[in-house]
Amino acid sequence: MPAESTFKRFVEVGRIVLLKSGPSAGKTAVIVDIIDHNRALIDNPAAGVPRQSYPYRHLTLTPLTSKKLPRGAGSGTVKKVLEAEGIAEKWAATSWAKRRAALERRRALNDFERFGAMLEKRKRRDGVRKSVKAAKKA
Amino acid sequence: MAIKEYQVIGRHLPSEQQPTPKLYRMRIFAANEVVAKSRFWYFLRKLNKVKKTTGEIVSVNEISEKKPLKIKNFGIWLRYDSRSGTHNMYKEFRELSRTAAVKALYQDMAARHRARFRSIHILRVVEIEKSEDIRRPYIKQLITPKLRFPLPHRVDFATKSTFVAHRPATF
Repeated sequence: MPAESTFKRFVEVGRIVLLKSGPSAGKTAVIVDIIDHNRALIDNPAAGVPRQSYPYRHLTLTPLTSKKLPRGAGSGTVKKVLEAEGIAEKWAATSWAKRRAALERRRALNDFERFGAMLEKRKRRDGVRKSVKAAKKA
Repeated sequence: MAIKEYQVIGRHLPSEQQPTPKLYRMRIFAANEVVAKSRFWYFLRKLNKVKKTTGEIVSVNEISEKKPLKIKNFGIWLRYDSRSGTHNMYKEFRELSRTAAVKALYQDMAARHRARFRSIHILRVVEIEKSEDIRRPYIKQLITPKLRFPLPHRVDFATKSTFVAHRPATF
């Protein structure tokens, strides 16, 4: 394989992927083995993603990889390796995951919570406006 | 069409000369049991002097994949009738199960040769255990160690609208 490439994310064993559709949509999983140029075998027992064949069309590659995952590892090994490398925490710490979580939270709000969010936003705008005015005067 | 693998066992009807006729067993790929039995008689008629009216089915049962979550390479020998003649072929598939490989074979034959189910005989389906036994380059390329490749030109199928305000990014 060529070592240098302008591409940053590859389909490879150990690549963490975000699932875009199906019952496990929104969860992350890891590529355990490559079936062909359209599908890979993915797994993530810790997040409840069953081991299955998944088309690349229905997933997104993330910048994260598990370096130590051997090819074709069983579910037990996958769980152990991902835990040892702290992949779930690393994923949760990315701004991508945070943004997704925030969006999900926003969508789950009820009317009153949305009202509360509106008040918070108003407060923030007010603070910004006041500090800008103070800075202008100085 | 979901393809399943069946084990069909049949024999000639017992007669006075032959009270215990020989049993014939076949592994048949078919959509359902009815088709499997029909294919059994079709093949048996070609091989032996037994036909549906002079024989009986002893048992039909589905064969399920032992390890349906392990990627395997399959070699399939087949015979197919084209518009101008009959050909033998060998093809390889990388799939999770024998039935998936056979399904991929029917799709492939339909795509490349416009061959229908009725014009294809599957002769043998074998799992290739050793990687050096893989013959076809299109499967060989997938078993290179440390295989990796990017996904260039990603098209967003989630966007339903034909006209959008921003040009889609495909990388």
